Amino acid sequence: MKGTKLQDVLKARFKNHGGARVSHYKNTKAQKVVRMPAPAKVLLPMQQHIGAPCTPTVKVGDEVAIGQVVGDSEAFVSAPIHATVSGKVTAVGDIKISTGASVPGVTIESDGEMRLYDGIKPPEFDTKEKFLKAVRDSGLVGLGGAGFPAHVKLNFKDELNVDTLIINGAECEPFITVDYREMMDSPSDILYGIYQTKKAIGFKNVIIAVEDNKPDVFDVLKKADEELPESDHSVQFVMLKSEYPQGAEKVLIRSVTGKEVPVGKLPADVGVVVMNVTSIAFLGRYLKTGKPLVSRSLTVDGSAIAEPKNVRVPLGTPICDLIEFCGGFKAEPYKITMGGPMMGITVPEFCMPVIKNNNAILCFAKESLPIKKQTNCINCGKCVRTCPMKLIPCRISKAYTNKNVEDLQALWATNCMECGCCSYVCPAGIPLVQNIKLGKALLREEKLKEEAAK
Amino acid sequence: MNENKNTKLTMSVSPHFKSTETTMGVMLNVIIALLPALIASIFVFRMKAFMVIATSVVSCVIFEYIARKLMKKENTIYDLSAVVTGILLAFNLPSNIPLWIVVLGALIAIVVVKQFFGGLGQNFVNPALAARIILMSSFPARMSSWPLPGKDVTVTGATPMALLKQHNMDALPSIKDMFFGLHGGSLGETCAIALILGGLYLMIKKVITPTIPLTYIATVAIGMLFASKFDLTFTLYEILGGGLLLGAIFMATDYVTCPVTEKGRFIYALCAGILTLLIRLFASMPEGVSFSIILMNIFTPQIDKITRTKPFGFIKEKKAKKAKEEK
Repeated sequence: MKGTKLQDVLKARFKNHGGARVSHYKNTKAQKVVRMPAPAKVLLPMQQHIGAPCTPTVKVGDEVAIGQVVGDSEAFVSAPIHATVSGKVTAVGDIKISTGASVPGVTIESDGEMRLYDGIKPPEFDTKEKFLKAVRDSGLVGLGGAGFPAHVKLNFKDELNVDTLIINGAECEPFITVDYREMMDSPSDILYGIYQTKKAIGFKNVIIAVEDNKPDVFDVLKKADEELPESDHSVQFVMLKSEYPQGAEKVLIRSVTGKEVPVGKLPADVGVVVMNVTSIAFLGRYLKTGKPLVSRSLTVDGSAIAEPKNVRVPLGTPICDLIEFCGGFKAEPYKITMGGPMMGITVPEFCMPVIKNNNAILCFAKESLPIKKQTNCINCGKCVRTCPMKLIPCRISKAYTNKNVEDLQALWATNCMECGCCSYVCPAGIPLVQNIKLGKALLREEKLKEEAAK
Repeated sequence: MNENKNTKLTMSVSPHFKSTETTMGVMLNVIIALLPALIASIFVFRMKAFMVIATSVVSCVIFEYIARKLMKKENTIYDLSAVVTGILLAFNLPSNIPLWIVVLGALIAIVVVKQFFGGLGQNFVNPALAARIILMSSFPARMSSWPLPGKDVTVTGATPMALLKQHNMDALPSIKDMFFGLHGGSLGETCAIALILGGLYLMIKKVITPTIPLTYIATVAIGMLFASKFDLTFTLYEILGGGLLLGAIFMATDYVTCPVTEKGRFIYALCAGILTLLIRLFASMPEGVSFSIILMNIFTPQIDKITRTKPFGFIKEKKAKKAKEEK
C-alpha cells in the first residue's frame, strides 16, 4: 500500500443471511445540504443518546452562546449537551420527546446573533486519554441513528485487541441521503477524522464500507485521501450489496470481515469498532475547530413534503420549523417519522425537537402508505428467510400472542434488532416487529418479577 | 403549516413500508400454477373432469362462506384459499366420481378440517388430502375405479401404479403418454409436464423453494432405483405415475401444514419420501403419497420444534468451551 497508487475497491465477500430488497427512494441524492436560518427557539432534551440522561447546568434567565455546555452527567455512558443557538434560557423543565416520554430539557430563545461561545478552541489530542476526553467533550454520539456515545465506543479494553475501524457509509434505509452528501461534500473532513482517530486509538485497518447504489463516492473519497497531508493511504474501500439492512452494525461487520459478533457481545469483542460516516466527519471538523456537536444535517422528504431537501439545522429545532423551511406540506400529513421508513419512530406532535441521532424527518400522506389487510399467519416462512438475525419471527409473534414466556426465550426473541424486514415481507400483513417488541417487554417484566421474588 | 396544526398524526411501530405481497396474491399464484394441470385434465378426461373441478371449487367457496357466517367471523373467501383447496380436492378424485361425493368432500375439507380448527393457517393437516382419505375409506369402490382417458367414463382400467404393483409391465402406457397424462388416475395427477410447469412457476415467483419437491421426488427416485436394482424405466414409471408429482409440488408444499424453516422442510420431505417408498413397496396399496404427506403433516409441529434456528452470533457450547480452554 504505497504512495499515491489508488487502491482498488473491494467487493464484500461475505454473504449475509436474509435481508430484504427495499426500494431506495433516494430522491434528495443530488441536493446539497442547505443551512436553515436560526429558529426562534430550540428545545434541548437532556436525553439525546443511549445511556444516562444529563442534568441541566443552566437556569432560567442565563445568557448562553453556541457551544456552551447546558447539560452534563457524571455517568460514563453519557454525552454532554451544548447550546445550539445564542440567546436566553427561557425554561428548564420537562420536554416531550418522540417516544412520548417526558424528559428534563432546556429551552433557549434565540437572539438571532448565532454567537459562538468564547471558550471554544481546538482540543488537544496527543494522547489516547486526551483524545477520548475531547471526544466526550464534543458531545458526539452515533449520528447514524443509534445515538451511542462515541467516547464509550472508542474506549474498549486493551485485551480485546481491537484493530479495525469500519466507517459505515451504507445508509441502507430508504429516502435518507445525508451520509451520501457528507461523503460527496466533505470527504477531507471524513479522512482527517479517520487518520486522527486511527493514530490516537491505534487502529491498524480502516475500512470505509458503502452500498453499491452510491458508487460515485469512492472516487471522491480516494481523491481526498490522496490530497490529505495527514493521510498514509491505508484506508480500504469496500462495496456492499444494496440490501436492507446492510448498514446494521452486526450485519455490516459480517459483510466486511466475515466475523459474527457473538450473542450478547459488542463489536469490540471481535476486534472491530464501527462508526457512522457523518460521525467521523463531525469528529474531523471538531478536532480542527473545537466546535462541539450543535447542529446536524438531515433529510426532509416523504410524499407530504412540498420541497424535499437536505437541511443542516441547530439541534433542538422544532420539526414544524423545519417542515416550514421545506415549503410546508403539499398533502395532508398522516405519519411523520424520525428516521427512515424501516426503523424510524413516528412522532406524536408537529413541534418535537430534532435530536442528535435524528437523520431524517419523513412526512407521508395516507395514500403513500397503503395498509395491508391482515390475515392469519399462513406459515409461509418468508420472515424466516428474510431475518438477518436468523430468527423465526412468525413463531416469536405467536409466542407473544399466547404469552408463552418459555417459547419467547427458546426462540431468542431478545436477539431481534427490529430492522423491520419480517413485517415488510409478511404477506399476511402481521405486525411482527410490534409483537416481537411486546414479547421482549414481556420477557423484561418476567425477569423483574423473578428478581423481585428472590 | 398552520392549517395542519390540528391534524392528528398516526403513531405506529416501524416499519412504515410494506411489500405489496399479500395472502391473496400468494393464493392467486398457486391457482395460476395449477392452471396447466387443470387444462390438461380437461383434455384428458373431457367434460367430466371440468364438472368435478367446477363442483369442487364452487362448493368449497360456498362452504367457506357459510361456515364463517355461522361462526360470526369475518368473511374470508377473498383470500382465495378455498379456491385452491377446491382445485386440489378435485385433482385428487377420479373423474367419474358422482358429484354429490365431491360436495361431501368439500364439506369435509373446508368445514371439518379447515374451519373447525380456526380457518386458514390453523388446520394441522392439508384439507384436500384429509378429505380425499376420508372419502377413500368411506367409498372405497367409487374412489378407486379409474376411468381411462377419453370421453367415455364407463371405460375404466388399472392405473400405472396398480399395474406396477401387479408387475404387469406390458399393459403400461408408453413413457410419452405418462408425460402428457394419457393414462388412468386421479384427474389432476396424470399430466407430468403440466405439473412440473406449475412447480417451476411457483419457484420462479418464489412462492415455494425447491427444498420440498426436490427432496421428496429425489428420495422416492433413489429408493426406487435401489429397490428395482437400478431399473431406470421402472423408476421413471414410479415417479410419473401416481400422485407423486402432484403431491410433492402442490400438496406437501402447502405452507400451513409444512415446517417453517428450510431445514425442517428438508426433514419433512425426506420422511415423506421414505414413507411413500415403504407404502409403495411393502404395503398392499399401490399408492402412498396422500398417506405419507398427511402423516408428515401431523409430525410438523415436532419437526418445527427440533429445527428451531440458532440466532446470528450463536456459538455452540462445545466450541465456546474449546475457545475458553485455548485462552
